[in-house]
Amino acid sequence: MSNKNPVPFKGTKEQEQKLLEVIAKHKDQDGPLMPVLQEAQEIYGYLPIEVQKIVSEGLDIPLEHIYGVVTFYAQFSLAPKGEYKIGVCLGTACYVKGSGDILNKIKEIIGIDVGECTPDGKFSLEATRCIGACGLAPVFTVNEDVYGRLVVGDVADILKKYMD
Amino acid sequence: MIRNHILICGGTGCTSSGSKSLMEALEAELKKNDLQDEVKVVMTGCFGLCALGPIMIVYPEGSFYSRVTEDMVPEIVSEHIIKGRIVKKYLYTDAKEGEEVDATNSLNDTNFYKKQKRVALRNCGVINPEIIDEYIAYDGYEALGKVLTEMTPADVIKVIKDSGLRGRGGGGFPTGLKWDLAARTVADVKYVCCNADEGDPGAFMDRSILEGDPHAVIEAMAIAAYAVGACKGFVYIRAEYPIAVNRLRIAIEQAREYGLLGNNIFGTDFNFDMEIRLGAGAFVCGEETALMTSIEGNRGEPRPRPPFPSEKGIFQIPTMNCNVETYANIPQIILHGAEWFGSMGTEKSKGTKVFALGGKITNTGLVEIPMGTTLREVIEDIGGGIPNGKKFKAAQTGGPSGGCIPASLIDTPIDYDNLVAIGSMMGSGGLIVMDEDNCMVDIAKFFLEFTVDESCGKCTPCRIGTKRMLEYLNKITSGKGTMKDIDELEELCYYIKANSLCGLGQTAPNPVLSTLRYFRDEYEAHVKEKRCPAGVCKDLMRYEITDACKGCTLCARNCPVNAISGTVKELHVIDQDKCIKCGVCESKCKFKAIIKK
Repeated sequence: MSNKNPVPFKGTKEQEQKLLEVIAKHKDQDGPLMPVLQEAQEIYGYLPIEVQKIVSEGLDIPLEHIYGVVTFYAQFSLAPKGEYKIGVCLGTACYVKGSGDILNKIKEIIGIDVGECTPDGKFSLEATRCIGACGLAPVFTVNEDVYGRLVVGDVADILKKYMD
Repeated sequence: MIRNHILICGGTGCTSSGSKSLMEALEAELKKNDLQDEVKVVMTGCFGLCALGPIMIVYPEGSFYSRVTEDMVPEIVSEHIIKGRIVKKYLYTDAKEGEEVDATNSLNDTNFYKKQKRVALRNCGVINPEIIDEYIAYDGYEALGKVLTEMTPADVIKVIKDSGLRGRGGGGFPTGLKWDLAARTVADVKYVCCNADEGDPGAFMDRSILEGDPHAVIEAMAIAAYAVGACKGFVYIRAEYPIAVNRLRIAIEQAREYGLLGNNIFGTDFNFDMEIRLGAGAFVCGEETALMTSIEGNRGEPRPRPPFPSEKGIFQIPTMNCNVETYANIPQIILHGAEWFGSMGTEKSKGTKVFALGGKITNTGLVEIPMGTTLREVIEDIGGGIPNGKKFKAAQTGGPSGGCIPASLIDTPIDYDNLVAIGSMMGSGGLIVMDEDNCMVDIAKFFLEFTVDESCGKCTPCRIGTKRMLEYLNKITSGKGTMKDIDELEELCYYIKANSLCGLGQTAPNPVLSTLRYFRDEYEAHVKEKRCPAGVCKDLMRYEITDACKGCTLCARNCPVNAISGTVKELHVIDQDKCIKCGVCESKCKFKAIIKK
């Protein structure tokens, strides 16, 4: 399994306990894998192979099937995300209004590329699909916060808020 | 006694603009003035005018405040609520500058709403979507009651067939026929499914319906289930829409509490319940067979048809699948009849369609118009035209599956068949407006990057073909293309259309084909003249100094790579080989003598 920046797995007993409860809750419904993976990612923040193994045993689904599903969907991540997850919308409405320039500015400021995480674990950067805030295009998000109607000049000030 | 109702939009657009903290500030201010029992604050779904959010409407006057910030709240409360004086300066107006703002200007009088006809969106921005009683007060669940107590399943299907309703998710398949096929399948167990995996970038009508009026979808699914003989429903919704997911969850629970989901609904022997399944970020899952594969817990790859979902759907159970907006029309059709619905629209496209207006347009947001409205009316009257005095160049509909409509066809009445005839498609209803600053080759490339990324990889024409197409486009936009490339690109388009397994691949070449059809000259300019007419493609861009140059040397002194030469008071020249196209010279020049080409 290729992993660009291998981070040692730091799952706790409590997290595992929670995951086992999730598995027990969904085990008997039809098609349990997607909901279990979604909740597992909420618990751990990402889906490393260790977590996939627990899911595999719990649901009695082959690990390779689970790995195939995890790597298929954009929202499942094999690598941990930063404390602040930056998502720049590259949907059509945002793109037409210059979100590509916004993305480049963010890359320049925090020094990482799309899909990467800063070495201190503070920021990770994603280029997202349309988040549906087209009326405010161009937009980017930092965790739950949405910033819209942007020009390139706004980017530095917004990111500064999260830097300290 | 409540004397004022204040509606605040709680849709994704306005929430992103801060409507939540605005609502808290308003409630605190009302409490400070001891008005909390006289004034009711209601959080609603989307009003549609997202560009002007957060939006606030004060009843009974119907005063429409736009871009409301927290610091406007004390003034609005003390002036409008306490003294009854509408704060004119905060009102939305489409009046021209200098004209008197009409304080009684209500939402429905504005240009943005005048030409709209709200059927699917009728409750959005009107009711609180988290309270089932408000939906019921607006005739909610009356259609379900009528269907269960007065109509046979065959009656229901006949009404839907007669109404002429077609699927709002993209293809425009007749909904009544789809229901009929599902009803004819003989099986003990059947499912209905709602496709809320709205993946087209730039389209957000399904999200707004679920956020603003979730019960309409629940009611419609129950009606569909009765008509086709299903007992269970699935809603497959994007995880990217947390507000919509949450409101739908609340709505389902409330419907269960009221006995509108569950066993013996309306005292009949009809049983129906539903559950939500979340997507995980795969565009292809909007294709119905891929969606079903995903619910089953697999990679969301489409399956060949036949067997059709109406024979073998989710978990091999016969399944009838419709899109959110399609469902949202159903209760209205049942209540008002097929004839009423058929009175709107064109001969083969009945009713209304919701569009998400985006891109280079003044009023970005959500609009619902009768089918047959022209693109010009949508862009100029409802949308308020193109900002900054720029010229309209093209409108893109149908997302990555659709195409561009050029300015010369702006008077085309919008319906399913007209759009297909001019090389685009309805799609789910994204409508992105582009002006003269947008490069059409770049736009085609943008969509191709999207489809290359989202191709599931199952069939070769789509997996490899779209990748090859993107390579051609990259070659052209970087100035290395030949005329032969354009011809080969076009040929490849037709091959991929004819041979891909599912809708994603079959429609992926559309953005290229339609831009080739209407903007071939732009492709040729990139190839023959190595020039991007809109000045977007960086590799082809060049800065030049015109005769307006006074020889002040400012540009030469600021150029980071010393690419500009010239002596004082004489025309300067840029060395194109050295230039890195940073644009510093253009921004420094006081005489506007440096232009981007």
